[in-house]
Amino acid sequence: MSNVVPLKTPPALAVKDLTTGLRIRGAWHEAVRGVSFEVAPRETVALVGESGCGKSLTAMSVMGLLPAKVGKILTGSVTVDGREMVGLAERELESLRGNLVSMIFQEPMTSLNPVLPVGFQIAETLRRHRGLDGAAARAEVLRLMNRVQIPAAARRIDDYPHQFSGGMRQRVMIAMAVACRPKVLLADEPTTALDVTIQAQVLNLLAELQAEDGMAVLFITHNLGVVASIAQRVVVMYGGDVVETAQVEDFFARPSHPYSAALLSSVPRADRRPEALEPIPGQVPTLLQMPAGCRFQSRCPQVMARCVERPPLVPVGGRADHRMRCWLGVPAGAEGEGA
Amino acid sequence: MTVAAVSAPKGIAGRALGNRSLMAGLVILALIILLAVLAPWISPFDPNDQDPVLSLGAPNAEHWFGTDFFGRDVLSRVIWGARVSLFVGAVSTAISMLVGGTIGIVSGYLGGRFDQTVMAVMDVLLSFPQLIMGLIIVALLGANLGDLILAIAITAVPPFARVARGPTLSLKERDFVEACRALGFSNGRIMLVHILPNVLDDLIVMGSLWLATAIRTEASLSFIGLGLPPPTATWGSIIREGFENLLDAPWLAVFPSLAVLVVMLALNMIGDGLRDATDPKAAVS
Repeated sequence: MSNVVPLKTPPALAVKDLTTGLRIRGAWHEAVRGVSFEVAPRETVALVGESGCGKSLTAMSVMGLLPAKVGKILTGSVTVDGREMVGLAERELESLRGNLVSMIFQEPMTSLNPVLPVGFQIAETLRRHRGLDGAAARAEVLRLMNRVQIPAAARRIDDYPHQFSGGMRQRVMIAMAVACRPKVLLADEPTTALDVTIQAQVLNLLAELQAEDGMAVLFITHNLGVVASIAQRVVVMYGGDVVETAQVEDFFARPSHPYSAALLSSVPRADRRPEALEPIPGQVPTLLQMPAGCRFQSRCPQVMARCVERPPLVPVGGRADHRMRCWLGVPAGAEGEGA
Repeated sequence: MTVAAVSAPKGIAGRALGNRSLMAGLVILALIILLAVLAPWISPFDPNDQDPVLSLGAPNAEHWFGTDFFGRDVLSRVIWGARVSLFVGAVSTAISMLVGGTIGIVSGYLGGRFDQTVMAVMDVLLSFPQLIMGLIIVALLGANLGDLILAIAITAVPPFARVARGPTLSLKERDFVEACRALGFSNGRIMLVHILPNVLDDLIVMGSLWLATAIRTEASLSFIGLGLPPPTATWGSIIREGFENLLDAPWLAVFPSLAVLVVMLALNMIGDGLRDATDPKAAVS
């Protein structure tokens, strides 16, 4: 049953057998099924997959921010710093969000309120969770703005979001998210909307903050280049399943699940000839058309008869910290250790 | 490398200052408010002093606006009437802005059945003509100052609720509201601190226009005899008294009507000016 990599320190974020349902035309469909992973303090885990694979939904489940009525956690548990998040009342969740666990988003251009000064918006988090107000809040906001390296913070504290560039706005968002020193930061493609140079700066900033505060970072992305530069471990999702989890070096050296291998050969790499680029044919099936068994079978080049059954998560090459959910890892005739 | 000097884009305040209609409206309104506030010192006569000898006197050097049937000075009554009319208008508009704005934001933000029900009620209220609505409420409540204010306020709640709800519907889907939730802000805090400031400019523009309507409604209700009881001078009641002698002494009705007209004109100029100044599209051009 232990399909997570054992960690030496207790994890800051532990997701165990998380199954999240979406209601489509009155019926619940499992959009995230049985997802398990852990993130240790100071560690960055990349959650990778293409659009619709369930990575954002996983993050929303962790935050308890699923859209009411159409999304809910069906089974499983999410613990942040040892505290169970699933089943908490909305009021308790609110006091933990932005405090114990925070999130930054993809679009810095629209994630800030256009009619409020940025300093006021950063101070909101402090007012909400730390009861700071007035001069104390302002001093703390200035410190935070300096910490996220916004130049001339004292002069810019009362400026409005439209007076900032995209990269600066993302820094403001980061300042809001880390204001209360959360144990866990979820970053949902925070650099996708930024220029490559700005992207690198923002990633560096996140790494610095993480080193200072010891945050655990769950970095959601589809950009494998970013994964290679910031993450220690990778969790690959497809169709709501975790299909492979590995240390980042292992993952790039020996991608084992057919989907991971296909994903890697579809991005350009300096050490390969450009002709070697291979797109993955087809698209992720919609939730309503999801095949039984392995959800990648409709696009898998190595599909076989057994794929109609759901494959177990099995160790790759006998290593406990590298696992994949594929029948290729199970000797013919043998059963896996269970899903 | 030289960079052409770029003039800093004008903010809302800058655009407002440059808006002539807005400025003119504000000056006129300020003068009238000043007259109303200073009524005890500047009105030439006591507005309720009767003198049968002066009954229906035409405007002259002593009584600029003439005198009414009871020989009361019309100018003094118009100045004192401004107090009641502006007060009733301002307070009732403030109440309807507060109540309507709250209903609109909460209803739009929460959505669902609650929103549908609330807005259906608002639509029913909205379907009554303002005067008829005011009439019904005054008839139910009575005609003292508080009830008159309440009646006028209730008639204006639905339009304010509509104006606040529209932008709230689109605002609540914006990323920054999602970000607020991810930072642990409660729905109440999101509505009050993060959505309200986005809706406020619409509410203020609306408020300046509805202030004019509220003053007119007060005048209309007084005119048909459902306003404050005599001898209290309000613009509506003076017009009504003057109406009875319209052919013999037209000045009785004309001067207070002009006062209503000027205030409404000023408020509409302010409303239009504010709308232009707060319109982000106007800021680009």
